[in-house]
Amino acid sequence: MIALLLRDLKLAFRAGSGFGLGLAFFLIVTVLVPFSVGPQSSLLSTIAPGVLWLGALLACLLSLDRLLALDWEDGSLDLLATAPLPLESVVTIKALAHWLTTGLPLVLAAPFLGVLLNLPVPGFSWLVISLLLGTPAMSVIGTFGAALTVGLKRGGLLLSLLVLPLYVPTLIFGAEVARRGATGMETQTPLLMLAGITAATVALLPFASAAVLRINLR
Amino acid sequence: MTLKVTDLAIARGGVPVLEGLSFSLEAGNALILRGPNGIGKTTLLRTLAGLQPPLVGQIEGAEDQIAYASHSDGLKPTLTVVENLNFWASVFGTRDIQHALDAFALNELADRHAGNLSAGQKRRLGLARMLVTGRPIWMLDEPTVSLDRHAVEMFADAVRAHLGQGGSALIATHIDLGLDGEVLDVGPNKAKPKPFDDFDGGFL
Repeated sequence: MIALLLRDLKLAFRAGSGFGLGLAFFLIVTVLVPFSVGPQSSLLSTIAPGVLWLGALLACLLSLDRLLALDWEDGSLDLLATAPLPLESVVTIKALAHWLTTGLPLVLAAPFLGVLLNLPVPGFSWLVISLLLGTPAMSVIGTFGAALTVGLKRGGLLLSLLVLPLYVPTLIFGAEVARRGATGMETQTPLLMLAGITAATVALLPFASAAVLRINLR
Repeated sequence: MTLKVTDLAIARGGVPVLEGLSFSLEAGNALILRGPNGIGKTTLLRTLAGLQPPLVGQIEGAEDQIAYASHSDGLKPTLTVVENLNFWASVFGTRDIQHALDAFALNELADRHAGNLSAGQKRRLGLARMLVTGRPIWMLDEPTVSLDRHAVEMFADAVRAHLGQGGSALIATHIDLGLDGEVLDVGPNKAKPKPFDDFDGGFL
């Protein structure tokens, strides 16, 4: 399992892996928002938590179609399925590697991009906490979507359509945590909901992903 | 370690391709799988490797014993030869990759990226992966595609050495490898079309 994680991380940092694509997209979105909505700092600080969350979510979505497709194309998914590793752990590791290379950089970049959107000072810590709790769910749900569409030519569109509705609860509660935190309101309820959604997806979806992968590999 | 297959029927994409297939593969033996294109040799190997369930029939002795090599080699172009082999070795819980590099003359290529190898060199690396799995039963699907004559010899030697150590191999191939293994011709096991039953009659 560790070998698979290390291999995926190594692959992500080598040339041509598309690492940084999500991060660059996140940067572009947040840099362009002030140009499109105007420079009033009060308006920007109102929409900042929502924009940052939406940007992170879409950036996450960008890299999903390569998550399992590359391994399927070169045959290593077949070989992994016949290896001693259970497929459940393969998809969990894949999701973890995706989070480490996509989700975590977004979390780390978010506070710096928050400055560009005039995010109120109390909002920074809540933004990081909410993203830290929410992005693992996005990687796990994304792996499920990737498992459903693996083997389909140009499955990217279908993948986005399947995954987006599943991202909505995470987006609602995650952005709510960041918004309430930024305005100095109580954040406990949405924070617990967000954490609950993440815990449930991390606990359940790897089994679902492994099951659909078994069917898709036939 | 004996692989025993009884009355197996398999399907590809929902269409039955082979039926009534029974054979056994003893340790130390090789079985050469032959049959025309599209008969279901790959489907048979995938079924035995556990990638898809059979329609009917029993497969005994296959669980966690099979190393499977498909048409594609499962190599990562941005990893080097050694990194690719090391990865598969640790997935299968083995460590030594030197004997695999030696057996397929990959020592000179060890630090090259797999993406820069020729088709035949990639195939040699893909076959070297079989050696690092440490599994006793090899399932090889057209292993000699894009290999030159010398490399085919290397491959045959590796299979002989594997058989000598008590392993076994099921090889789907169209060429003569010079191995003294039995030939399993699956041509006669082609699935016959299902006769109409009452349900079809009612529908028509």
